[in-house]
Amino acid sequence: MRNKTANRRSVLTGGLASLTGLLLAGCDKISGGDIATSLLDVGERLTYSVQRAILGRSALAPEYTEADISPHFKANGSTDPEDEDYRRMVASDFADWKLKVDGLVDHPFELSLAELRAMPSRTQITRHDCVEGWSCIGKWTGVPLSMILDQAGVKDTARYVVFHCADTMDDGALDGPTPFYGSIDLIDARHPQTILAYDMNGEKLEVPYGAPLRLRVERQLGYKMSKYIMRIELVDSYADFGEGNGGYWEDNGYQWYAGI
Amino acid sequence: MTMTDTPVSGRLIKRHSVVVRITHWINFGCLVVLLMSGLQIFNAHPALYFGQRSYFDSPVFAIDSREVGDTTEGYVSLLGHSVPTTGVLGVSNVNGEPTERAFPSWITLPAQQDLGTGRKWHFLLAWVFVINGLVYLIYGLASRHFARDMVPDRADLAHTGQAIVEHARLRFPHGENARRYNVLQKLAYCGVIFLALPLVVLAGWTMSPGLDAAFPQLLTVLGGRQTARTLHFLAAFSLVLFFIVHVAMVLISGVWNNMRSMITGWFDLGVAKQGDSTHA
Repeated sequence: MRNKTANRRSVLTGGLASLTGLLLAGCDKISGGDIATSLLDVGERLTYSVQRAILGRSALAPEYTEADISPHFKANGSTDPEDEDYRRMVASDFADWKLKVDGLVDHPFELSLAELRAMPSRTQITRHDCVEGWSCIGKWTGVPLSMILDQAGVKDTARYVVFHCADTMDDGALDGPTPFYGSIDLIDARHPQTILAYDMNGEKLEVPYGAPLRLRVERQLGYKMSKYIMRIELVDSYADFGEGNGGYWEDNGYQWYAGI
Repeated sequence: MTMTDTPVSGRLIKRHSVVVRITHWINFGCLVVLLMSGLQIFNAHPALYFGQRSYFDSPVFAIDSREVGDTTEGYVSLLGHSVPTTGVLGVSNVNGEPTERAFPSWITLPAQQDLGTGRKWHFLLAWVFVINGLVYLIYGLASRHFARDMVPDRADLAHTGQAIVEHARLRFPHGENARRYNVLQKLAYCGVIFLALPLVVLAGWTMSPGLDAAFPQLLTVLGGRQTARTLHFLAAFSLVLFFIVHVAMVLISGVWNNMRSMITGWFDLGVAKQGDSTHA
């Protein structure tokens, strides 16, 4: 009986150990497969639906005081684009820069930096949460995106706002550097704290932070907040851009919805 | 160590209900994946802070690497004091090459540095974990499982000291005394179920910029987003400690009997021995 039990025992513990090992090795293997990819995406879809239901359209991200502002705001992603066109714009202090608004809108238009600055603005001191885990607090001033959308007249068929940016990312792709882009849905686009910021901490936005214009989407993580914006395009689907996942970071494995 | 390998009918009791057994194993699977994907996420910025934002110059806790002479040394720092940890933390081998990474590849999911995939695993399993936990909590309250079996009463607490002595001598109750959890078990299980697990969930929610907009109170209660991240890590670490002790106790107090009771429900009480604690 002793022996039998010892056997039983070792089979059981050995079995459990190898099962756990198999499970973990399996997790690693199946991460790459199609079934696992869609299974993993179930989590994101669930999070998006539930957060949309809980947050509603207007719940505001917490705002902070001047005293809370980070003395050194960490810059991440593109911090100094080397693209020639962008360097030229920096050299001329963005004198010829224009924001283009088009796509599924009634009146496509262009705006200079001066025209943007002349529009009503919103200033907010908010916390910037990076997907990596750190947080910085900064003060942002800019035009509410909803005003731009209203001026353009968004068509009923539009569902997303795509931001085309001046920077390219050198991700080792064979066809050269990849243009940066991002997208958000119209609920976040029309959120009162969603602004196109041109000032940071009371000063002109600097290059590492997205000069001359960057997005603030305060209920999502930092990687959703496109910098160096050149063009805003209203679309019914983002499937045709980049690799079809809604943004440069999304094409590189990050979730499209980054409210978590 | 006492093993009762040949259960005598009449000593066998139904210890764990089917809901407890199923939720226990689902919870175990979830926590393994959550821990490993969580360490993958932590590796993206292996430093912890207190407050709303990160004070990059003075993290409370950090795993990092530095040049010492010709070599790169991994180290862990806590409140400014650091210890070299090359080989495991800060610098560890990836495919035989010493590589700078906080937690080693054998404990992260995925093994290679891949924050996006780590997050996807973490948040998918977080859903399973929370739903499973809710099922367990509702069952535990409705069936009075918590009130009956888990929450220690005064008599239990009065024998805490005695139970500690008995455990230190690796003497565990048998017979009638084994019918109920002893006070140390009750305290440990209650600590995990009502403190560590709820804290890990609350602290996780507080890290979500979306949920912070819906429930800014989360930030007030937990003392800021970066404090929440630190608490999330601490709660997870306390769960790992619990797991180590839990598995050790399962092993030394009769692995087969314990495993059978959590798989089939049947637990062998064994025979009370002379000198066994009458209370533990």
